[in-house]
Amino acid sequence: MHTENLSKAYNGTTVLKIADLSIPKGQSFGLVGNNGAGKTTYFSLLLDLIKPTTGNITTNGIVVDQSEDWKPFTSSFIDESFLIGYLTPEEYFYFIGDLRGQNKADVDNLTAKFEDFFNGEIIGKKKYLRDLSKGNQKKAGIVSALIGNPEVIILDEPFANLDPTAQIRLKQILKDLAEKQGVTVLVSSHDLMHVTDVCERIVVLEKGDVIKDLETNPATLKELEAHFSGSMMAAQEEEE
Amino acid sequence: MIKHFLNLEWKQYFRSSYWQKSMVINILMVFFALYFIAIFLGLGFGLLFILKKAYPDQDPFVVANGFIFYWIIADLLIRFFFQKLPVMSVKPLLTLPIKRSTIVNYVLGKSAISFFNFLPLFAIIPFSIMLIGDGFSSTLAVTWMFTMFILVLIINFLNFIIEAFSAKTELSALPLIAILGVLYALNHFEIFSIATLIGDAFISIANNPFFILIPIAILAALYIYNFKILKDKLFLDSSLKSKVTEVKAADLSWTKRFGDIAPFLQLDLKLIWRNKRTRSFVFIMIIGLLYGLFIYPQPQFADMVWLFPFVGIFVTGIFLINFGQFIPAWDSGYYKLLMSQNIKYEQYLRSKFILMIMSVVIMFLLSIPYVYFGWKILIAHFAAAIYNIGVNSHVILYGGSFNRKKIDLSQRAAFNYQGTGAVQWLIGLPLMILPMLIFALMNWLVGFEAGVATLIILGILGVIFHKKLMNLITKRYLVSKYKMIDAFSQNN
Repeated sequence: MHTENLSKAYNGTTVLKIADLSIPKGQSFGLVGNNGAGKTTYFSLLLDLIKPTTGNITTNGIVVDQSEDWKPFTSSFIDESFLIGYLTPEEYFYFIGDLRGQNKADVDNLTAKFEDFFNGEIIGKKKYLRDLSKGNQKKAGIVSALIGNPEVIILDEPFANLDPTAQIRLKQILKDLAEKQGVTVLVSSHDLMHVTDVCERIVVLEKGDVIKDLETNPATLKELEAHFSGSMMAAQEEEE
Repeated sequence: MIKHFLNLEWKQYFRSSYWQKSMVINILMVFFALYFIAIFLGLGFGLLFILKKAYPDQDPFVVANGFIFYWIIADLLIRFFFQKLPVMSVKPLLTLPIKRSTIVNYVLGKSAISFFNFLPLFAIIPFSIMLIGDGFSSTLAVTWMFTMFILVLIINFLNFIIEAFSAKTELSALPLIAILGVLYALNHFEIFSIATLIGDAFISIANNPFFILIPIAILAALYIYNFKILKDKLFLDSSLKSKVTEVKAADLSWTKRFGDIAPFLQLDLKLIWRNKRTRSFVFIMIIGLLYGLFIYPQPQFADMVWLFPFVGIFVTGIFLINFGQFIPAWDSGYYKLLMSQNIKYEQYLRSKFILMIMSVVIMFLLSIPYVYFGWKILIAHFAAAIYNIGVNSHVILYGGSFNRKKIDLSQRAAFNYQGTGAVQWLIGLPLMILPMLIFALMNWLVGFEAGVATLIILGILGVIFHKKLMNLITKRYLVSKYKMIDAFSQNN
């Protein structure tokens, strides 16, 4: 996945500017930054939800804003607006499965693996997604992004709103995906600890610019903490 | 405080992407408003002469008061369908130091300056002036005028109470129509003459200005009741308390025969069945189906052949028009998901298309009994159905690509009567009037058969070029993709 000369401006104000950024296949990639740093903007550009002002993103040789062929191998969960409120979680999974060429049995097999992650609150409850709590909605959304063996998974703030048990479980899931199955995982987070746990590589965005690009090692967390406490008034714990 | 509220609304209105996109509709609305004002002014000045001519041996003032009952019924019906309580997003205000009563008073006060309340004044004031000019005492005329002002406000607040109650029930308009129907029937068959009763009441008030206190008291009571209803709703727990509804799943496997669009078809059917807003389509379709009964039995319409296709388009296309014009806004809540999923736009649109076509066919089949009023009607309906399938369905899909207003399906908290109103019906007009004009022209130039044939040919042309048209429409949607995503993620 290659990003070149990418920039996004709203009314002349540049909110994101990435000259060159390559993410190799199978890497777990973390994006951190304060509010307004451009994390969600970058993810939206990756999914062709907004139009780049200049430059473009290429995945597997496909230019994202010119062809739709990236869709079959890319999945994502950005926010609750990805959920269809009047479906039950099962129906939602089946719907996504249908779109990704998975039959009901395939989907059932996959969701069965996440029983402990769901903590018994998602499957078989006969509740609509709109009636679930924020945390449970997030769980359903994250799992829906894993349906259909995608090669690229994009998750914006996956840890926010999750309970501690689910956070720990999610970290394992994401690690497994990248290490064992060769899936490229892109996550953003405000929680430096989670990102350093999960990701092999961390990029720090600030006001739309890439200012740090680190391979994760035991010293990374300290380095990140030092960076954020130095640059801003300890805003790193802030949730969006 | 009021100043702040007004400021908020001003910003909400002009900063929404909807405003910027719908100048045409706004202009059209102004045009309609002027049109109605003109009609009411004409009525106000002309009524006295009309009454004198029609009932030469009766007191025109008494006759006019006899009609007030019908006005009340008509006004209530019209308001029920078109006037909604002003929308205000209260959630952010609740935690601020603002008294709840201020918010409620503001919302109610704002409803009083609705166009629906101003319009009657254009008839009431000229009529009162004409009364004085005709030699009635000015005290009588002025008292009558003020009583009518109060009546207008009474209807205004009564309507909101009815709406508040009907919002809780499934077939929302049914109770209202039933009650008004019974009242009308009682009056019509002279079992109990409410029209005379109300007329007499108004005359006695006009003669004894002191009695005006009675309508004022009624108005005050209605206001207080409205106040109570709204204030009770103004608590967050009514929207926070997650009302858990047990899911009723239906077997939709029959949609599988539609191949790759089956998942969307299932989704659309669930969309319609599981959301309150869309469920009312069932009711709208019944109204639409019965619409012909308002027209065809009347002898004066029997020879107006040009009207048949209009009714036909309306009857067979009522679902198409109501559902179609909000494509793709129905899916606005999760539009980003659809846009990043592994789907082709064309499949998505085709599923909507199939759904609309099915509705047209079903509505046509249900409307076959109209043949009782003449075989020409059946043929006209058939032509209209073909036209709906071939032309209107594509037009409305194309129009959808200009859709920029989000519909929040899940929201049903207080103050939310989103997206229903006069505009919804205005958009449907060209879809009905254009085929009527085409038909009327051919009917006048050549004859009935030619008119029908023209509509059918147009419809068949649409079906033949379906693939090409869909490609064109899909392109249009792709072009406006980013704008739609942006607009649908806005809250107002």
